[in-house]
Amino acid sequence: MQTANLLPLVLVLAVVAYGLAFMRSRAVAAPLGGIRNLKALPFYYAARAALWSAIPALVVLAAWAGFEGKVIQGIVIASLPQDVWPESAGQASLILSQISNVAAGKLNPDFVPEHIAGAAGLLETLREQSRTFKAILVLLIAVLGAAFAWSRVAPHINARESVERTLRRIFFVCAAVAVLTTVGIVFSVIFETVRFFGRVPITEFLFGTSWSPQTALRADQVGSDGAFGMIPLFTGTLLISAIALLVAVPVGLLSAIYLSEYATKRVRATVKPLMEMLAGVPTVVYGFFAALTVAPFIRDLAEMIGLEASSQSALAAGLVMGVMIIPFVSSLSDDVINAVPQTLRDGSLALGATQSETMKNVIFPAALPGIIGGILLAASRAIGETMIVVMAAGLAANLTANPLDSVTTVTVQIATLLVGDQEFDSAKTLSAFALGMMLFVVTLLLNVIALKIVRKYREQYD
Amino acid sequence: MNMNESISRAADNSDETVMSAQEPEAETRREDIKVEEGKTVGVPYADDPKFKLRNVEVFYGEDRAIKDISLDIARNEVISFIGPSGCGKSTFLRCLNRMNDSIDICRVKGQLMLDDEDIYHSKKDVVELRARVGMVFQKPNPFPKSIYDNVAYGPRIHGLANRKSDLDEIVENSLRKAGLWDEVKDRLDATATGMSGGQQQRLCIARAIAVSPEVILMDEPCSALDPIATAKVEELISEMSETYTIVIVTHSMQQAARVSHRTAYFHLGHLVEVNETTKVFTSPEHELTESYITGRFG
Repeated sequence: MQTANLLPLVLVLAVVAYGLAFMRSRAVAAPLGGIRNLKALPFYYAARAALWSAIPALVVLAAWAGFEGKVIQGIVIASLPQDVWPESAGQASLILSQISNVAAGKLNPDFVPEHIAGAAGLLETLREQSRTFKAILVLLIAVLGAAFAWSRVAPHINARESVERTLRRIFFVCAAVAVLTTVGIVFSVIFETVRFFGRVPITEFLFGTSWSPQTALRADQVGSDGAFGMIPLFTGTLLISAIALLVAVPVGLLSAIYLSEYATKRVRATVKPLMEMLAGVPTVVYGFFAALTVAPFIRDLAEMIGLEASSQSALAAGLVMGVMIIPFVSSLSDDVINAVPQTLRDGSLALGATQSETMKNVIFPAALPGIIGGILLAASRAIGETMIVVMAAGLAANLTANPLDSVTTVTVQIATLLVGDQEFDSAKTLSAFALGMMLFVVTLLLNVIALKIVRKYREQYD
Repeated sequence: MNMNESISRAADNSDETVMSAQEPEAETRREDIKVEEGKTVGVPYADDPKFKLRNVEVFYGEDRAIKDISLDIARNEVISFIGPSGCGKSTFLRCLNRMNDSIDICRVKGQLMLDDEDIYHSKKDVVELRARVGMVFQKPNPFPKSIYDNVAYGPRIHGLANRKSDLDEIVENSLRKAGLWDEVKDRLDATATGMSGGQQQRLCIARAIAVSPEVILMDEPCSALDPIATAKVEELISEMSETYTIVIVTHSMQQAARVSHRTAYFHLGHLVEVNETTKVFTSPEHELTESYITGRFG
């Protein structure tokens, strides 16, 4: 039986176990004078039966499905005659794919050596046996688990505690999945980054001012020696993020102040969701807005006042990205400004301060740590943004501070390095991991700083 | 005290009928005791008052929180507002420096005069009004700044000091008047939020004094303080009464008895009785006042 069929079957068994245990607990309670004479409510006996039936069975199922393939392959390879044993991992996978092709009927057994055809037969038999055993084992465990739980439905046994304990463990596993995924990503990036630094010296990567990640396919190729200096990419990232923040911080902050201090309830209830809709626009839409509308407009404007501008400019990407992150700044700032106690406002107003004096002298300083936290979060969002820059700022790694030039960013380069068919052992593709690592470190630092500031702020008013 | 000889009897300026259907709670809870709208027993009026308040009504949306109250507050008197929670005493207090303005749905009707100037006149400068009528709140609310900056906040906003030395003097005087100078003179740069609750409240009083107001409104200034801090603040109120007109809202009848010259009893938005404090607490004229101060309800 296939795993996909087995899974619903186990769940059905669990539901049946639930129902049976529920009924039994009521039946046990009835002669005692009602369910209040049980240690736990019928629900807990039932839930325990369902959990004991499903969880061990699912664990065994997952383990079996995970190791089945490897074990069968091992047995098949071992069954081959000594003289054709594979010498390397590559050779082994070649032989195995041949065997499984024969087994699947894609390859005529007459065209392959006899030992391959024999192994294909063995593979087929083993798979068949594995399926049968798996189904029997899993269903048996599910039934046994349910039966055990059913037999333990007794008034003096407290099922509540064991259900609580199990639930706690399930929650823990769910939380661990998120953490482990992050750790896994970090490690995979670190691993490839170390490989990259084996080919390109770390000093060249960190301090080189030229980025042109080509590697030679042939030794005599022109321009074959790639340059892996990340400085132009990071200056490009900084330039665009700085422009974005120059747009987003004043606009976001002032609109937050308007919304929290001046707007009437009705205006606020309308405007705030509308502003937050900005955050819901897909970045690719911002990207073509930047590339097709804003960038040509900036070029024409620059030409009108006699400046030279490329048709893809850092300014266009930065402006549009700034609009994109306005909701981050305004929404978070609005929240912290609202969190400033009303008593402080009253205190200032009662001393004869105007609304704007109160804002400037009392509320803003009190909310500042939270506002900075919001700005840093917006900044890390800007640094990580790719789509707008790909479309509006170009791919040329210019080391420039001129916002009218085209620049490129770390994330854009990562995307272009890994798009399409790539070999995964050249310095070119590996450099993407090194860039990713750097980016990760920078945004992590920003987030840590932001969290620290926000936490410090919290302590002040709680 | 000039108010003592010049207080006139309350005029019956209301011809509305007793207890209209608007106050079913009062009807059912206190069936035997009637409140006549706009009629206040005792001595609500004074000659040459600081505040002259006539037929004041306050609405929260459709809800009528203050019902036709007329009252004079004499110069340099300490008057306390008492009454059960929700009776409108804080709302009424906040009309005196227009702190209700920040509540969108709040409307104030009637005549409210400070030294013969209409507080709610459309051309009235709220900033100037609040500089003259300071306020101390229920919960100490020092700004998260240094002690010095807290006291200097008002003088800076109103441009009361041209030089740093002037400002220093204002800060020191205000802190001295609030009885806080000796405790904090060595740590004026420390954050105000690190002080004890009683110190914070006295700092808030110093902050209010620093802009040299004529009137100080106090909204339950001691309800968040321990008895020792309360005693200090009460002592301070007695000292300040020589310079300022003080209006204090309190839930503590002992406090009202200790600090105030006159006491006003509020009930469900009505001003029921205003009398000399000793009279209110020894022989109240109105049954409602009596049952409240003897603890029979409220």
